[in-house]
Amino acid sequence: MTSNFTTQKEISLPSIIDIENLGLDAGAHLLIKHGLCGVSVGGEILVSGSAPGWEAQLAAWCRAQGHPLTFTDGKAHIIRSDIHAGRWRGATQTGHADLLQTGAVHEHALPCYGLAARGATVEAGAPEFAFRLNQKHEVWTDSAADLYAQAVAAQWNPELAIDWNAPFELADEVEDAVAQVMTYMIENENAALVVPARFLGQMHPHFREVQAVLAIQVADEARHIDVFTRRLRLHGREPALSTAGGQASLKTLLDEPDFSVAGFLLSVLGEGTFVSLLNFLHEHGPDPVTRQICRLAARDEARHVAFGMAHLLRRLEHEPEFRSRLAQAVETRNDTLSATAGLNEEVFDALILLAAGEFTPAAIATGYARVQTLMTDMAEGRLARLLRLGFEGKTAQRLAALHTRNFM
Amino acid sequence: MKRPLVMGAVAYAPKVVTIWEGFKEYFRRHDFEFDFILYSNYERQVEAQIDGAIDIAWNSPLAWVRAERMARARGQSVRAVAMRDTDCDLTSVLVVRNNSAISELSGLNGKIVGFGAIDSPQANLIPLDHLRAQGMVAGRDFTAKRFDLLSGKHGDHIGGERDAALALMAGEIDATWMIDGNHLAFSREGILPASATRIIARTGAYDHCNFTTSPNAPEQLVTHFVELLLGMAWDNPEVRPLLELEGLKAWRAGRTSGYALLDRAVNDEQFYDAKGNILAIDYRY
Repeated sequence: MTSNFTTQKEISLPSIIDIENLGLDAGAHLLIKHGLCGVSVGGEILVSGSAPGWEAQLAAWCRAQGHPLTFTDGKAHIIRSDIHAGRWRGATQTGHADLLQTGAVHEHALPCYGLAARGATVEAGAPEFAFRLNQKHEVWTDSAADLYAQAVAAQWNPELAIDWNAPFELADEVEDAVAQVMTYMIENENAALVVPARFLGQMHPHFREVQAVLAIQVADEARHIDVFTRRLRLHGREPALSTAGGQASLKTLLDEPDFSVAGFLLSVLGEGTFVSLLNFLHEHGPDPVTRQICRLAARDEARHVAFGMAHLLRRLEHEPEFRSRLAQAVETRNDTLSATAGLNEEVFDALILLAAGEFTPAAIATGYARVQTLMTDMAEGRLARLLRLGFEGKTAQRLAALHTRNFM
Repeated sequence: MKRPLVMGAVAYAPKVVTIWEGFKEYFRRHDFEFDFILYSNYERQVEAQIDGAIDIAWNSPLAWVRAERMARARGQSVRAVAMRDTDCDLTSVLVVRNNSAISELSGLNGKIVGFGAIDSPQANLIPLDHLRAQGMVAGRDFTAKRFDLLSGKHGDHIGGERDAALALMAGEIDATWMIDGNHLAFSREGILPASATRIIARTGAYDHCNFTTSPNAPEQLVTHFVELLLGMAWDNPEVRPLLELEGLKAWRAGRTSGYALLDRAVNDEQFYDAKGNILAIDYRY
């Protein structure tokens, strides 16, 4: 680029920009702008050119930019005006892109930051965006960037990762049970998709690392819904039963307006419990496709739990009294759901059948025992996470026990 | 309520409402009552000025010429009290395709030259006059193809210039006129690909719009109005969007030294007579 024009900067003589035969209808203004950047406001540069009518183009450009212009001896004399800099008076600095810099993420992301990249300078008078989640303490998670990077690295393509043509044959009753469990899991995954998706639209983009985690979480859940549906349809089944109690349980997750509380109920308690269920299906699923799907989905869900835990640990560290709000949320949810049936009977029975693998008394006995172990695993997992969040032993036990019987 | 200063403006585009509502709000914030009336064309607006229906008008250069002639014919006067920084010292350029054999005005002999709307100072009247002064007369030496769009708006909407530029690139005409700034604007829009056109002529400098006072405008209100206008700073984020919409960085005191070319063109092209009567027979507005 520099070989196409010359800039001579000297203390006493103005810089000379030769735009040669390049017109301002072809980008010559960039050379002139560059030249003007080299002088202070009020300083002068000279411009020469040879494109037909370049003087008219330059006059139009200078008029629009507010730079005074005169011509002498075939050269244009441009005085650098400060009017253009006026756009940036009173502009707002929006932190830094790099998290390691001091003040990178602001405690309060202002509405006027809008959609700007964090760290950008935003012109005064930019429109205000009403992002409800604009307080750092409400959403921030120190490990969000790492968790997002892990999630990106762990994405899997269902087409390649699952051997959809793996040969297997199940008794009709067992295949029906698979269809019922998949129906139930799709329903739960719909909740797990919609809850972060709603918060995503309300979150200030200033918190881009958290935004990214939610976005990929939504993508994870979409993939799970897809693969569960494909497994359900693999042998021609239609989705089975959806109970009022199950949906009532999930609705309480969608009704929760607080980001942290929703994350606690959905990720820490719900998806945490779901990880146990997916591990169970990975281990005891009756066919290779179900086992593969559940292994991969469990890996994703574990990441979602890790994000929820990391967020809550940070919030509780800065705001220990928030713990009682979480406890209250579990109790309220339990009250709300007290009149519902909890886990539907069909799902429970289907899980036994899946773990049994065949429709014989001996196998069913094994399946039943395995489901009992699953329930114990789930309860222990919940308790462990509650303890990790700093709940005192008895409170943790009580809250773990109050968790919805729908698992999620 | 105090008596407002009532301004006329021509609604050449929907943004005009946004602009003047914004100005009204700005003036009100400064305790100055201001209102506006929108006209569909400059002829009606100038007549309203002379009739006293409005105190001041945001006039095209051609509207200024007519208002000045009409007022003078009645023994009255009008004044240009403010204008945009970008209204000063414009030129129009005659553009050909880069691969054209035409390199000077004599090359236009027998060719088709594009012009903007019939009432466009920058793309019709001043260019016609420029060519006439160089011995080139439309209909005799070259064919003038006019891109008439929204007559009565005095070319403000630049649609005629844009259509002519498109026709130039489509090979339908051999050359066309446009304001120097529109040559750059059309190239940014991609209508004129980079370096695909060449400027072969340029008119002398002329001024564009101004705020024209009506003959009996209330002097004190006009003075206050101009003070507030000149106080609109581009670095104030509250007024910058208005200035950007209206295409300026700073208001300047009005001047009338930049209308000589147009005044001559109006006579030579027989657009208005000395009293401001419309002579152009195929002018509909």
